Amino acid sequence: MRRIGVFICWCGTNIAATVDIETVIKEAREMPGVVYAGDNKYMCSETGQTQIKGTIVQQKLDRVVIASCSPRMHELTFRKTAAAAGLNPYLVEIANVREHCSWVHKDKDAATVKAVALIRTAVAKAALDTGLEPQEFVVTRRALVIGGGIAGIQAALDIAEAGYAVDLVERTPSIGGRMAQLDKTFPTLDCSACILTPKMVDAAAHPNINLLTYSEVEEVEGYVGNFEVTIRQKARSVDAAKCTGCGLCFEKCPSKVKSEFDEGLALRKAIYVPFPQAVPNIPVIDRDHCRWFSKKKCGVCKKVCPASAVDFEQSDVLIKQKYGAIVVATGFDLIGFEIFGEFGYGKHPDIITSMEFERLVNASGPGGGKLLKPSNQQPPKNVVFVHCVGSRDKSRGKPYCSKICCMYTAKHAVLLKEKHPEAQAYVFYIDVRTAGKDFEEFHRRAVEEYAAVYLRGLVGKVFPSGDKLLVNGVDTLSNQAVEIEADLVVLAAALTPRHDAEGLARMLGIGSDAHNFFVEAHPKLRPVESHTAGLFLAGTCQGPRDIPETVAQAGAAAAKAIALLNKETLLSDPCVSAVDESLCTGCLACLKVCPYKAISDKPLTEKVHGRQRRRLVAEVNKALCQGCGACSAACRPGAMNLLGFSNEQLLAEVDAICL
Amino acid sequence: MSVAAKTQDFEPLIVAFCCNWCSYAGADLAGTGRMSYPANIRVIRVPCSSRVSPNFILRAFQRGADGVVVAGCHPGDCHYVSGNYHARRRFSMLRRFLEFVGIEAERLEVHWISASEGSRFAQVMQDITDKIRVLGPNRKLRDSR
Repeated sequence: MRRIGVFICWCGTNIAATVDIETVIKEAREMPGVVYAGDNKYMCSETGQTQIKGTIVQQKLDRVVIASCSPRMHELTFRKTAAAAGLNPYLVEIANVREHCSWVHKDKDAATVKAVALIRTAVAKAALDTGLEPQEFVVTRRALVIGGGIAGIQAALDIAEAGYAVDLVERTPSIGGRMAQLDKTFPTLDCSACILTPKMVDAAAHPNINLLTYSEVEEVEGYVGNFEVTIRQKARSVDAAKCTGCGLCFEKCPSKVKSEFDEGLALRKAIYVPFPQAVPNIPVIDRDHCRWFSKKKCGVCKKVCPASAVDFEQSDVLIKQKYGAIVVATGFDLIGFEIFGEFGYGKHPDIITSMEFERLVNASGPGGGKLLKPSNQQPPKNVVFVHCVGSRDKSRGKPYCSKICCMYTAKHAVLLKEKHPEAQAYVFYIDVRTAGKDFEEFHRRAVEEYAAVYLRGLVGKVFPSGDKLLVNGVDTLSNQAVEIEADLVVLAAALTPRHDAEGLARMLGIGSDAHNFFVEAHPKLRPVESHTAGLFLAGTCQGPRDIPETVAQAGAAAAKAIALLNKETLLSDPCVSAVDESLCTGCLACLKVCPYKAISDKPLTEKVHGRQRRRLVAEVNKALCQGCGACSAACRPGAMNLLGFSNEQLLAEVDAICL
Repeated sequence: MSVAAKTQDFEPLIVAFCCNWCSYAGADLAGTGRMSYPANIRVIRVPCSSRVSPNFILRAFQRGADGVVVAGCHPGDCHYVSGNYHARRRFSMLRRFLEFVGIEAERLEVHWISASEGSRFAQVMQDITDKIRVLGPNRKLRDSR
C-alpha cells in the first residue's frame, strides 16, 4: 500500500475563501493510499515547506500531493522540497485548486466538490508515479544572438565579456538596427549614432563575437544547451577579406534604389553600404536591382574596385552551428498605413512617419539634416504631429500603447524648433504618457520652452490644399473643431513586431501573443525568458519599449544566457518515452509521429521455443526525446509509454476525475 | 420525462485534456484573470494534445463523463512542432467513430487555445457546458457503476 501525503494550501484567502479546506482534508483522508492530509496558510512559504519535509520523514511518505496553485507556478518548488526530504522529486503531484478552481468558481459548494475531485485525481496519478532520474548532458558553450540592433549588440557584448563565444546574426548588411536610424534620443537629446557606433565597433572588434551580417536563421533544431542552427549567409558579392571599404564601387554604380535605411526618402545604389558608419563597412550588391545580375551588363563596380573584391560568382553559404543558448532580439516594424486612409499617407510627400522625420532631421539623412519638406525642399512652418496612429485603436489598429511615441514626439517638437526657430509644432494626442526618469520634465520643456501646442483630440482628415496640408481635427478640451494649415504632418505610428516574427516564433518554438510579440515565460518573474528553455528575449520583439529598457533587458537576457553557459552539464527532463520491448510489435507507427527523430528501429534477437528469432523493436534516444507523448498515443500495442504521463496514470486520472 | 425537465437539474461532467504549453496555461490565465466558467469542467494536464489517446476519451465516457474537450496549441504553434496536427486527425476520426457507435459526436470537442487566451478558455468551457446541458446525460457508454 502507498503512503501518500496530501498537503492543502490556503494561499491566504485565494483558495480558502472559495474552497472549504476542512471538508477537503476530511475527504482527502479517505482517499486510497492517503495516510496524511494537512493544510497550511501558505504551503510555498518556509513553514509550509518545513511542514512538508517534516511530514515526509515522520509519516514515511512515499508520494506527495500538493493542492495549491498551478504546477506551472510551483511544481519545481515542491519537487525541490520533496528532494530535500529524501524523496525522488518525480513522486510529487500538484492538484491545481487555485487557477483551475477557487479563482474561477464563485459557488463554495461546487468549488469544494471540484477541489476534492482534482485532489482525488492527483492522488490517483501519484499512486502510479515512479521515481525518475534525470540524465546529464553537456552544454555547448556558445551563444547565438538573433538581431543586430541595440538589444542584440548589448546582449552579444555582455555574453562575450563573460568569456563565451557569440555569433551575432543580422539580416541587413550592417548591425545597428533601428537605433542607428534615429537622430537624437529622449530625454537627454544624446546623439543616437554617437552613443551607438562605439558599441557597434566594440561588437565587431570583440574577439569572442563573430558577426554574421546579411545573414538569416533558417532552421533551428535541438534543445536547451544543444541547439542546432542553420544560418544562411547571403552572398554579399563582395569579398569581405579583400574589400578595403574605399567606396569607389558605390560612387560609380549607375543603379539607384530607394534606401531602406533612409525610409525610402533617399536613394542608394545597387551596390551599397546602408549608412556611412555601417559595421562591417563592406558593401553588398542588391542582386534584385543590379544591372549585372538582371541584364548581365554593366559590371562597373568590378572594374573600378582597386582591391578586386567584387565577386559576382559568390553564393550563399549555409552555416551549421551548435549553441547552448539563444537570445532573440529582432526588434520592431511600424504598422502599415493602408487602413488609415484619413491621414493620407502615401498620397502626399509631406505626410510622413515619425521614423521618416528621424531621417529628415538627421545629419546623415537625406538633405543633410536640414529638415526640409520632402515635396519642395522648403523649411516647414507649421508641423502637425499625430499621436497614437494605430496604437490604442481597438477597432482598426492595435489595442496597446506603443509607449515611446509621446516622448519621441516631444523630442521631435524640440528638434523642429532647434532647426527652424520660426516653426510651430501642433501635437494631437489622446493622453500624454511620460512615465520615466526625466520624461515629464522633458515633455514640459517641449511645451513651455519650445512652445509646442498640445491639442487633446483626434485628427479626422488630412488633405492637400495647394502646397499646404489641411488638417481637420478636434480639440476635446475646448470642444472645438480645429483646422490647421500644415506644411508637414508627422504620424506617430504604432510599433509592431517585425513582419515575419510569426515565422521565427514557429521556427524557434517560442510563443507569441495576439499581435505576434514574443511572450515571456512569466510577465513579472521571468520577463526575459521564453517558455522554451535556453531561449531568451530582448528588446522590442517582446513589446514596445524605449532604449534604456531595451538595453537593461538585453543585459538581463545575456545574464541568463551566461548562467546557462556557465554550467558544464545540464540535467535532462526525465519525462521521456520508454519502450516495453516485450509488447512492441515493431510496427513503428511511433517513428512516424515523432517530431524529433528520437525514435529508431533496433533489431532484437531473442529465444522463442528454443529457437533464435530476430525482430524489430522501437528504440528511444533519450537525449533527443522532448516528452510530447505523441508516440505513446500512436502505439497500438501500448508498448510506448511516456514516463511521468503514462497510459496507466492518465487512465487512473480519468477514472478518478469522473468519480 | 420531458427534455426540459431532464436538463433542469442535470449537471454535466466534462473532462478537459489540456496541453501543458498552451491550453493549460490559457486555463491558468483564465484563473489569474478571475474569469469564471462552470465548475462542471475538470482539467487533466497532458504535455501535448498528441499525448491524448482515444482510449482516454472512451474511458472518460465509460466512467460517466458527459463531454470531453481536447485543447491544444493553435495549428502551427505546437510546442512540439506537429503534435496538434496528429491530434486533429486522430480526433476527427474518433468523432466519426463515436457517431458510428451511437454516441453524439458533439460530446467530443477539439479546440485550440493559446497561453494568452484566458478569456477564450473560459468562453469555450462555458459554451460546451451549455451545449452538453441541452444534449443531456451520456447514457450510452456509461458503465453500470
